[in-house]
Amino acid sequence: MKSESLWYIFINASLINNFVLAYFLGICPFLGVSGKMGTATKMGGAVTFVMLISSMCAYGIHSLLIAINAPFLQLISYIVVIASTVQLVEMFIKKMSPALFRALGIFLPLITTNCAILGLALFQTNKGYGFVESFVYALGAGAGFTFALVLMAGLREQLDFADVPSVVKGAALTLLIAGILSLSFMGFAGLGS
Amino acid sequence: MGNLTKDKAETGFMATLRNSPSTDEFIKGLWRENPVFVQVLGMCPTLAVSNTAMNAMAMGLATTFVLLMSNMLVSSLRNFIPKQVRIASYILIIASFVTVTDYLIQAISIDLHKSLGAFISLIVVNCVILGRAEAFASKNNMGRSFLDGLGMGLGFTFALFCLGGVRELLGNGSIFGFALFPDSFQEWIIMILPAGGFFTLAAWLLFFNALKEKRAKA
Repeated sequence: MKSESLWYIFINASLINNFVLAYFLGICPFLGVSGKMGTATKMGGAVTFVMLISSMCAYGIHSLLIAINAPFLQLISYIVVIASTVQLVEMFIKKMSPALFRALGIFLPLITTNCAILGLALFQTNKGYGFVESFVYALGAGAGFTFALVLMAGLREQLDFADVPSVVKGAALTLLIAGILSLSFMGFAGLGS
Repeated sequence: MGNLTKDKAETGFMATLRNSPSTDEFIKGLWRENPVFVQVLGMCPTLAVSNTAMNAMAMGLATTFVLLMSNMLVSSLRNFIPKQVRIASYILIIASFVTVTDYLIQAISIDLHKSLGAFISLIVVNCVILGRAEAFASKNNMGRSFLDGLGMGLGFTFALFCLGGVRELLGNGSIFGFALFPDSFQEWIIMILPAGGFFTLAAWLLFFNALKEKRAKA
């Protein structure tokens, strides 16, 4: 794993194996808060922040659990760290911008159950990344998530003006767009190899 | 959708089932309130591991197991868990059962464990499970929570199988690994790739939407 450069890790996490469009992680907020551009970018920011913190904590926890020989506690301790970080972000946003707090609504506490964050912590452990690598990986994953969310929000804002058949409206349309986005992201597959 | 079907005067077998309250807890998860097709919950594992029918079934059953266990435990502890820390407690309960399931699958079949990968651990963050704990198990007794968990779990498995079956059939020309089409069949590779997951689910949702509209008109 040492042969992977930091740049490659970043590109890999954000474009080639985009967390949303290639790994299907974090689909719920991707479908839920991608209605408006403004909320999408801020949601991306919040998720990236939680990712960075929890990824660094996960690195520390993993080393600790290996040291005390209790790998079965991995999942439980990861989820506790993520839940507390989300709580922190929630209090911070509530204090700083009540309007944003209302706009994000139920999806803010639901960052806890955003699989992208737990997935990130598990993947970096599986891949055996060190501290710096984990940090870059989290940064890339966050950037990729925000990118996908913003792309989706832009498309959906345009679609509000389009005349679509009533059968297609709602989740089905969003999923169709996601499929097409996912197809186009396959074009990144050749990068970095 | 629930109101839509309830408003109509119903007769027959389904109606008798639906009118008895305990079987209704079980039946509703299968169809009327199907977690994937109607509530659109638990999308991540639904899309990620439904590339073959086998993976889909295994994932569905693992999720059902966790859902059943966590529903029962949450329901039995519902009077002891303080309201302020309930979500955190639910998550911890779920995480414990997922860890058990993870080791269980590893013991049963290493190959299956490999092909499902990190997605077994990711059952923790499946919104269906937390959603049922919060919306149902924390307010109802153990028996009803058990039935609700079983129904929702099987409904989830059914939905996963619908996706996995179609994707494997078109993408690989087989079901559960048995080839169905002659060798001349050209596989739609796209169906087992990520994009295929989105398209298949979109197609199923379209199908159900059309069905719903037709029924609303009639």
